[in-house]
Amino acid sequence: MKALNSRVILVATLLLPAQHLLADEFTEADLKRWKQQYMKVVDEGSKLFHGGLGNKNTVSCDQCHPNAANTHPETYPKFQQQLGKVAVFSEMINWCIENPLESSPLTLDDPRMTAMQAYITEERRNVPLAPGKH
Amino acid sequence: MNRKNHFNRREFLKKGSALIAAGSLPLSLVEVAFGKTQAESFTFAYISDSHITHIKGNNFVRNWDRGLTRAIAEANLLTPRPDFIFYGGDIAQLGTPEEIDHGLDLLGALRGDVHHVMGEHDYYLDLGEHWRKRIGPDHYSFDHKGVHFVVLNSILTHDDWIHKKWDSPMHRMKAMARLDNPDGSPFLVGDPQREWLRKDLEKVSKNTPLVVVSHSPLQKIYKGWNFWTDDAEQIQAMLKPFDKVTVLYGHVHQIQYNQIDNISFHAVMATAWPWPYPSTYTRQASYLPKLTVEINRADPFFERDGTGWQFINMHTGDIDVHYALPDNRNRSVIFDKKKGHPVDSGHQAESARIPPMKHF
Repeated sequence: MKALNSRVILVATLLLPAQHLLADEFTEADLKRWKQQYMKVVDEGSKLFHGGLGNKNTVSCDQCHPNAANTHPETYPKFQQQLGKVAVFSEMINWCIENPLESSPLTLDDPRMTAMQAYITEERRNVPLAPGKH
Repeated sequence: MNRKNHFNRREFLKKGSALIAAGSLPLSLVEVAFGKTQAESFTFAYISDSHITHIKGNNFVRNWDRGLTRAIAEANLLTPRPDFIFYGGDIAQLGTPEEIDHGLDLLGALRGDVHHVMGEHDYYLDLGEHWRKRIGPDHYSFDHKGVHFVVLNSILTHDDWIHKKWDSPMHRMKAMARLDNPDGSPFLVGDPQREWLRKDLEKVSKNTPLVVVSHSPLQKIYKGWNFWTDDAEQIQAMLKPFDKVTVLYGHVHQIQYNQIDNISFHAVMATAWPWPYPSTYTRQASYLPKLTVEINRADPFFERDGTGWQFINMHTGDIDVHYALPDNRNRSVIFDKKKGHPVDSGHQAESARIPPMKHF
């Protein structure tokens, strides 16, 4: 089955027009589409961040973090002294979901987690990366 | 380094170690002082921004209930008793009767008379109807021991925003409750109330110390989060003829202080949660008064860190604000007569600031 799939893909690839075979070619339309895809997820993240998580106690992330301020995503991964280990940013998002929001943590690859990270990081655009910083 | 603050608090909370333990609550105590006039010194407490949030039935968000309950318990231990207490607005999160009533039920445990201030979270559901029914007028003045106090409703806004096509009153409430809403509207005291203020101040002699209390700052700090009142300059101009004016405000959930000509400004803490300083939002410019020594960035793992309440000493027309900060060092912002503006009693000098204050 696996071998068959590979063969089908190979044939399909050979049939594509030549200009699509070059990895370094993309158009303005591509850039626009990629940006749109990204901003769509940022917008979804903003909605989740502003009360869209559906947690029972209704507390939302933006209540403490307007414009996602004071989240400093650029400092992760870092030693999160309260957790006693090096943590990635999404673990701190889950800490907030479990504590002030009194809800259940998201899996780290949950599209909602991706969206919230996209929104928070977008609001922090142009701040230099500073992993490990306190 | 912080001995001075502890000393102040001990002065106030005289009655032993139990009270000192309790002194780590979110409240502000304010002292008003008088110089040449005959007025007496006195104190009052200031509790603000509890954001009581109704979930369903008799369930309310535990965290915010705890903040207010703790501030009340601490304020009740103040001795000597403050002359009265200000409640600085935003007792509710979404302005519902359930939230306002529950907040007032909790406040019922407070010993002493309370003067209330209207916050935007109390207002934009029913335009303040239930709040006024339970509490009274949203702007008023009174005299106390030689000081003239004025309370303003500074969280009004333009009529076209208030009356635009909303899905429901709750839609409007949520639009204003969202601090970073790009489609929000700036706060205003507005023409009718400014006219009321002009008339009120006509009766007051220019050497009477004046204390003006509002929910939003009557100075412009950051419009994006409504740390701002649109007609602030017009109010300041009306206060300018007086020898000594102090403006106290909530809304910003953090220590801020400033001096503009004859007017000293002090913000008070929230009992609910802290807000970051506007400068931490790096995509927009903001104007935190240069005088202000910021409070430490709060540690979210300590639920009450970055919240607090105040006790205020008033002497010779000047105000000292003592911030009771659970899970953090208490702070005092006192009026420095030589410098002519408020200073942090322990941390004003660059060399006296502690490292966490510089984080982020």
